[in-house]
Amino acid sequence: MRRAAGDAGPVLCVLMAILVLWYAAAAALNLQWERDQAERAGRAPSLTQMLSAAMSQDRPVLPAPHQVAVEIWKTTVDKKITSKRSLVYHSWVTLSATLLGFAMGTLLGVLLAVGIVHSRALDLSLMPWIIASQTIPILAIAPMIIVVLNAVGISGLLPKALISTYLSFFPVAVGMVKGLRSPDAMQMDQMRTWSATTAQTFWKLRLPSSMPYLFASLKVAVAASLVGAIVGELPTGAVAGLGARLLAGSYYGQTIQIWSALVTASILAAALVAIVGAMHRRVLRRMGAAA
Amino acid sequence: MQAQASRTAAASDDAASRPAVIEARGLSLTFPADDGPVHALSDVDLTIRKGDFVSFIGPSGCGKTTFLRVIADLEQPTAGEVRVNGMTPREARLARAYGYVFQAAGLYPWRTIAANVRLPLEIMGYPREEQEERVRRTLELVNLTGFERKFPWQLSGGMQQRASIARALAFDADILLMDEPFGALDEIVRDHLNEQLLKLWAKTDKTIGFVTHSIPEAVYLSTRIVVMSPRPGRIIDVIESTLPRERPLDIRETPEFLEIAHRVREGLKAGHSYED
Repeated sequence: MRRAAGDAGPVLCVLMAILVLWYAAAAALNLQWERDQAERAGRAPSLTQMLSAAMSQDRPVLPAPHQVAVEIWKTTVDKKITSKRSLVYHSWVTLSATLLGFAMGTLLGVLLAVGIVHSRALDLSLMPWIIASQTIPILAIAPMIIVVLNAVGISGLLPKALISTYLSFFPVAVGMVKGLRSPDAMQMDQMRTWSATTAQTFWKLRLPSSMPYLFASLKVAVAASLVGAIVGELPTGAVAGLGARLLAGSYYGQTIQIWSALVTASILAAALVAIVGAMHRRVLRRMGAAA
Repeated sequence: MQAQASRTAAASDDAASRPAVIEARGLSLTFPADDGPVHALSDVDLTIRKGDFVSFIGPSGCGKTTFLRVIADLEQPTAGEVRVNGMTPREARLARAYGYVFQAAGLYPWRTIAANVRLPLEIMGYPREEQEERVRRTLELVNLTGFERKFPWQLSGGMQQRASIARALAFDADILLMDEPFGALDEIVRDHLNEQLLKLWAKTDKTIGFVTHSIPEAVYLSTRIVVMSPRPGRIIDVIESTLPRERPLDIRETPEFLEIAHRVREGLKAGHSYED
């Protein structure tokens, strides 16, 4: 409890700072339009009038935080979840692809790491490709994955999840290679004095040793998965999902809609990272760490 | 003086009748390195008999740890041969002939003390009940009863090292190889553990190979002290201890003790002299 309270202070401080900056930026960016309008109409409104107008434009350059908050409220609490305008619905579409991609990426990353750690041939042959894979911009490869899979009749969740997988397997593979290799020479020698098999060394020493690395990687991977799912939604022609909301918003100049989707995505990402963090703490406790 | 000589003679007679547990003949080990090969061991001959407590002492790089690692099949000799219980080191390792205690306790932080001691038993496939029984027995042997459910970080360094000794003893190997097990501990804890180790040795009748940097530790613990020198790693002197098997801590102030310590120091000096 005390820790939670102690954590809340700095977080709230940063949040306040962001809000202040956001309002200042919104005022600065949106005032210009109000000034132009007033000039064209030959009016000379006071600064307060202009400011209040700048905070309630329909299509502001940068919507004010409260506009985004109201939009999020209207599209989550006030809308039925089944509605195509519900952010909950769109979030779920994105989230399901994220989670599937994250699960596949984690599995793939761990399997690659296990292979790399145990086989020198795999280490030499796979590692360069794994690193090269991440130098390709995901924005370039995502539409191709969607189009190619669509051509063979696969559409919907899986193509998006595959893009998430593509982004999330990398931190897991790299982190787990490091983690599975983290036992020192003495610990490996010790296993040898007991004539432990490779499998025993893996389950009893390598895998438990790798847990801190795994969870650090998972935090990066889950956030990357969300980005992957959103990017995967962009080239599908904007049907559903947070990515679709972003795209639709930018088609029609609905900046408030764009920003509410963005804020929702970041809340989602923060929640996912927090869940991974909670899992990490649980595992640490089970592994006997100081409470 | 007379009495001492006869006792020594009796001890060596006794020694000759006991079977050899570790035998090294013409053992050499050379590590290749960028700036020329390193002769870690050069033509080492040594026999360790059952029930011996043999200490290896010498400066860094004299090959004392390497020798222990060759016995444990952790290093391969480049020449010569070693027999452990009449087998090659590899066969001996597979037959679980020895327990090895490293300088660091190396307990797994995610396992309790009992689970750490159980680790080699799990690996060796002992049945569940026997695991529990052996863990209980070996923890009792190192005076750690009552700490079964503690995690390593809850124990002092000395207690952790005792747990690691228990782990090496859990599967009843009759050889115990110890590589500077108390090197990282302070002197007070070290004295205490030395005393306990002697008691444990008396109780279990193990054959112990013990690497150390400390002359008093070597003299206090051992029945034989092997003095080694570096570049190339070789044996300078093998000293048969004249001390009785029963050794209270204050035996370290007796003239007999100091005389052996002196001989060890002389040996070390002789091995070192060419360097200056």
